[in-house]
Parts: sequence; C-alpha cells; structure tokens
Amino acid sequence: MSDEKKKALEAQIRAFVGKPVGPVVVGRDPVNEPMIRQWCDAMGETHPAYLDADAAKKTVHGEIVAPPTMLQAWVMEGWAMHEGYDEPKNEQHRLHKVLADNGYTGVLGTNTEENYTRYLRLGETVKALTVIDSISEEKATGVGIGYFITTKTTFENQDGEDLGSMSFRVLRFKPANAQAAASKEGESKATAQKPSRIKPPMGHDNGWWWEKVASDGVIPIQRCTSCQKLRHPPRPMCDACGSQGFDAIAASGRATVHTFTVIHYPQFPGYEYPIVSIIVDLEEGERMASTLVDCKPEDVSIGMAVEAVIHEDEDGFKIPFFRPAAR
Amino acid sequence: MPTTLHNEAAVAGIGQTAYTKNSGVSELQLATEAVRKAIDDAGIQPSEVDGLVTYTMDSSDEVEVARTVGIGDMTFWSQVNYGGGAAVGLVAHAAMAVATGAAKNVVVYRALNGRSGQRMGQGVSGQIISSDLIHWSWYMPFGLLTPASWIALQARLYMHKYGATSEHLAHVAITQRMHAQKNPNAAMYGKPMTMDDYMKSRMICEPLRLFDCCQEDDGGCALLITTPERARDMKQTPAVIRGVTQASFEGQEQMTSFYRDDLAWLPEMELAAKRVYEMSGLGPKDMDAACLYDAFTPEVLMQLEAFGFCGRGEAKDFVTSESLTLGGALPNNTHGGLLSEAYLHGVNNLAEGVRLVRGESCNQPDKVDHVLVTSGVGVPTGAVIFGKD
Ligand SMILES: [Zn+2]
Repeated sequence: MSDEKKKALEAQIRAFVGKPVGPVVVGRDPVNEPMIRQWCDAMGETHPAYLDADAAKKTVHGEIVAPPTMLQAWVMEGWAMHEGYDEPKNEQHRLHKVLADNGYTGVLGTNTEENYTRYLRLGETVKALTVIDSISEEKATGVGIGYFITTKTTFENQDGEDLGSMSFRVLRFKPANAQAAASKEGESKATAQKPSRIKPPMGHDNGWWWEKVASDGVIPIQRCTSCQKLRHPPRPMCDACGSQGFDAIAASGRATVHTFTVIHYPQFPGYEYPIVSIIVDLEEGERMASTLVDCKPEDVSIGMAVEAVIHEDEDGFKIPFFRPAAR
Repeated sequence: MPTTLHNEAAVAGIGQTAYTKNSGVSELQLATEAVRKAIDDAGIQPSEVDGLVTYTMDSSDEVEVARTVGIGDMTFWSQVNYGGGAAVGLVAHAAMAVATGAAKNVVVYRALNGRSGQRMGQGVSGQIISSDLIHWSWYMPFGLLTPASWIALQARLYMHKYGATSEHLAHVAITQRMHAQKNPNAAMYGKPMTMDDYMKSRMICEPLRLFDCCQEDDGGCALLITTPERARDMKQTPAVIRGVTQASFEGQEQMTSFYRDDLAWLPEMELAAKRVYEMSGLGPKDMDAACLYDAFTPEVLMQLEAFGFCGRGEAKDFVTSESLTLGGALPNNTHGGLLSEAYLHGVNNLAEGVRLVRGESCNQPDKVDHVLVTSGVGVPTGAVIFGKD
C-alpha cells in the first residue's frame, strides 16, 4: 500500500474514535433467576448465593444476586450476533468493514478488562453504551500487520446507577500470506488462494525435468550419455547399458495422439473439466502422458497431430500440454 | 522340494463378512471376522494357523490379526504389492509356504472400508502415496488421478484397434449384474440392469460409463490354504491349486504401462496364462468357469484374449454370444464379480472360484473341474487355476 493510500485509510478509521457504536442497548430481560441458573450451569458456577434462595437469604445480599462476571451477558443480542458484518449494523461494524475492504481481513480478540461496581439484583434492567475508545498505530505482529481497536462499554441500571465497565481490544490484521500476494500485485486487496493442480514432488530422479520445462520452455527427453538411448519418464539408470550418466535433449514438440480419454468424473479441485487426457508419441520416439488443450472433447482422435505448448498456471507452475498442430 | 506349484497346495476354507457401503466397524474387525470364518469353514482351530498373507495396501497387520483371532505362533507372513494385482499373489505366497513347509496352514485376507473410508475412486494424491510418488507424478499434474482414467486410455485404444463398442462392454456388465441377482450378498442384488440402463449411465472417463466401473465396498474376505493332504482331513471339499503364478511384464508400471508397443494387449496376463497352463498341464478349453478380474469391463475382454479363450480382437464377438453366462462357453464371475458383488480387491473372486469347485456357487454350472481366477489388470498381477480334488 502506498503511503498516500495508507494516510487516507488511517484518516478514515480515526474518524470513528469517540463515536458510540450505536444507541444504548437495553437488556432484553431484567435480571432473573432462570437466566442466572443457565449461566451458572454453563460456567460450572455453584455458589449458593446465585442459586439457592434460602442460602442467599443468609448472605449480605439477603436474596439471590447475579454473578458479577455475567454483566455483559444481560445486554447481549443473542442469536442475531451470528449474522456477520455483510450489512454493517453499527459504527463498529462499519469500522471493521473499512479495514477488511483494505486487506485487513483477520480478526483476533486480544484482551478484555472488566470492572464491576456491585452485584446485580433481581428485577434490575441493564443498559450499556459502547464507544470506540482508541485505535493504535499500525503494528507488526506475529500474525501480520494491523491495528488494535479498543472499545469501552459502560453499564448502568434503569435509574442510571453505575454497574461497571468493560474495555475490549481486538487486532484487525492482514494475514501474513495475503500480505505477500498483495504486495506482489501492487494493491492491498487480499486475494483468496485458488486451488491448484497436484504438483510433482521434486526428487532427484524427476525434479530436473520439471525445472527444465520451466526454465527452457521445452519438453526435455532424458538421454543416456553412454549409449544415447532416450527414455521417458526419467529413471536413474539406462536399462540398455547400465550407465547412470544422462543429459537431455529438447523434444521438437511435434507428436501424435496414441490414445486418449475424456475425464468427466470425479472432479478434483485445481483442474478444469472435462479434461482431454492424452498419451502422445513424441516425434523422437518416446511416449508421454499429457493434456490436450484448445480442442473440443469431440474433436480429439487417435493419430491426430499435436504440438507442445508450455502452459503456466496462475500460481506460476509450468507444465507441458499439447494442442492440435497448426496446418 | 517341489519345482512348481502344481497340486502342492489347496484352499480348505473361505470366509467373508457382509459386503456393505458403511460397515460401521474397523478394518481390523472386518479382517478378523473374515479370517475367523475361513478357519471355522475349514473346521480347524485358530491355534493351528501359523501363517498370514495380506496386501501391502491392507491396514490390518498380520500380528494384530493373529492376536485378535487367537492365532498363536507364526512361522510365515508376507504382504503383496500392487493393489488388486496382489489377489492371486496371496495364494501364490501361501502355496509356496505350505509346499515348502515354511508354514502348515496359512490364511490370506483382505479387508477394507473401501466405501466409507479411503475410496479407490477418489484417486491418488500426495498424501497416500509415498515411495512411488514420483511414478504417480508423471500423471497427477495432468489430472490422470483415478484407476478409471488410467484404464480408459488403454480401453480407448483397444476399442479403436478392434472395433469394440460400448455394447460389447455392456454385455460384460449386464451378464454379471444378472449373476448377482442370485447372490443375496451382492451389492447389486435385486437391481437387474438392461442395455438401456447401461447406456443411460453417465460417462466417467470416456469410454467408461458408471456401469463399466466396479463397486466400492466395505468388507473382508479370507481363504485358508494348506497342503492337499491336510485339506482332505478338514471339513470342506478342497479346491486344489493346479497352478499359480505372479506375473509382471517388461516395461510394467503400476496402472500406467503406457510405454510398451501394444497398449491393446495385456502381456503380463499372457505371461500369467503361459505359466499357469504349463504348470497345470491344462489349457483354455479345460476351464469350466472363470473369475476374470473385473474392476472395469474392458479388462474382461482383454483377458479373454490373453488367456486364449478367443483370438486377439475377437473378445467382442465372444462376449456377445452369451459365452459368459451360465450355460455359455465360460461362465464368468458367477457371483457378480467386482462389478456387481463387491470390490474386495479380487479376493472375493478367489472365494467364488473355490465355491465353483465345491459346487456351491449361487449360479453353479453343471460340471466344474477347473476354474481360472485372475488378479488386477494394468498392474503386476497373477493367475491361479483351482481344480476339483
Ligand atoms: Zn545407455
């Protein structure tokens, strides 16, 4: 991202600081025993002051009270929370969307601090106001560069009595791998990884072949340096003379289709279907498996003249294909 | 010491689990159930078994099977490579072991959750292949990832060369489906198929349609192999091994032998035929039934030629004349085979070969003295002839 673009982005996000994320949120239910019981069950909380009316009578509260750490639970919006930020519903969502649209697609909750003023009594209604409190400078972190966003929430009861507060910090970041892709393309939009074809392992006996395809743009054919016999696929010894020495010649690329199949199913990610798969006889006499491109499945035939073309995938992998030979 | 495996060993027991699409149990449980049933079928005790053979692809190790089943001391075990090509190899290894005295009673087995677990049809990937990953890498980047795609390349050339058509392939599929209608343990039991059904099935890898391809199943199958002398003292009529061999031909690859002169021919099967016929002193005319490996229909046509049931290029005429049905010249895969019973990697075809010799097939021909059973096509493979004692 250029400095200019970054300045513009930072100006845009800093305008959110100090803004309430939305109107005051009023708890959907007053503080009540069933909700307390459910929360205690879920958390494994067993203190009788929260659960047993008789026992609670003997405490300083004189009745059941809500656990203090339950404070935020009273104003949570419930199932609606799962709906995500496609349609920003409040200022916090809008802020996050601005950052996501600029490549800061990762979110990591980092820490939360809560202060409790007192225990909540049955029948009290909880109200909360959340404000975007601060946005950090751009930081480099282990997961990628990003901004820490802190929101502060204050809680009151129906009469405006202070119940406590909470600050919540998240890191909004550019995932490290997306960063590399973004910088390569000279723009900040994070690109999703497209599935690609299964790559060959680059071993002693075959790696050189693929490297030569990529560097020289040709189909190499392994040749015994002792008796000159050609062989494909490559192997570490000449089956005619036993020599381990080899070099390679570049195939002319002229070939004929020995046999073929049109693959419809099953379909694997990273390949486009149907695939016209071919075994070709190279002009030099060796045979190889490949793919026929620029040819409709119904037009391929045994004996058809084809020519090599080095195809490059979006991820830069180079692989020799064939196409119908030019007349 | 025997110089060939002619009449040196016999199958004395067979066992199989239910063949299902979701066993809900481990492969070890399937393996041990099949092994235990083969031992019970022979009428001996697990403690009398002293050898085990399975596939390199099998996930149930020999000692795990032994401990689970209650097999005690063992003096022989081995694993055979190359997928379905291993089927007959199991019998060959066990026969060698009992013939030489390396072991007395050997159980061979294969069990897989081939539908609910790792499916063959899902093809190869970098994850499941290790030592031969480079071999597969000459095909994987090009999308040649499944057995159907590899066999289709060979089938296309065979059909082109000899004028075989989808109708010819259909005869193989329809005949075996018909056989499966008498086999309650078959996946396709109760599901007969017409030529129209076949033609309407979707293309997988041209020219192979869905119904040219075998099942994918969960199950286990096992055979108990011992000497003919011991087998005669056991519970069942022995199926004597008249000849058995493994066979890999020059230029062989696993599923991708695309570099030999004639791709419309199976030279490893021709080698297997030559060997088992020599060993047994028998020929194609002596075979009363067969279980030719049938992961894909064109494989059956090509094997009919390699084993001399008809001349080169003549299988298309052989299959259309109802030769593969009960009452035909060579009833083939009378249980339904891999196409219609189950894909137990060929071991279920061996079990059917034994049943045919015993006279226990669900589609039993009148007279069965000899049955030919083969293993995987396109891979290093093998053939065995079972005979009536
Ligand atoms: Zn040489």
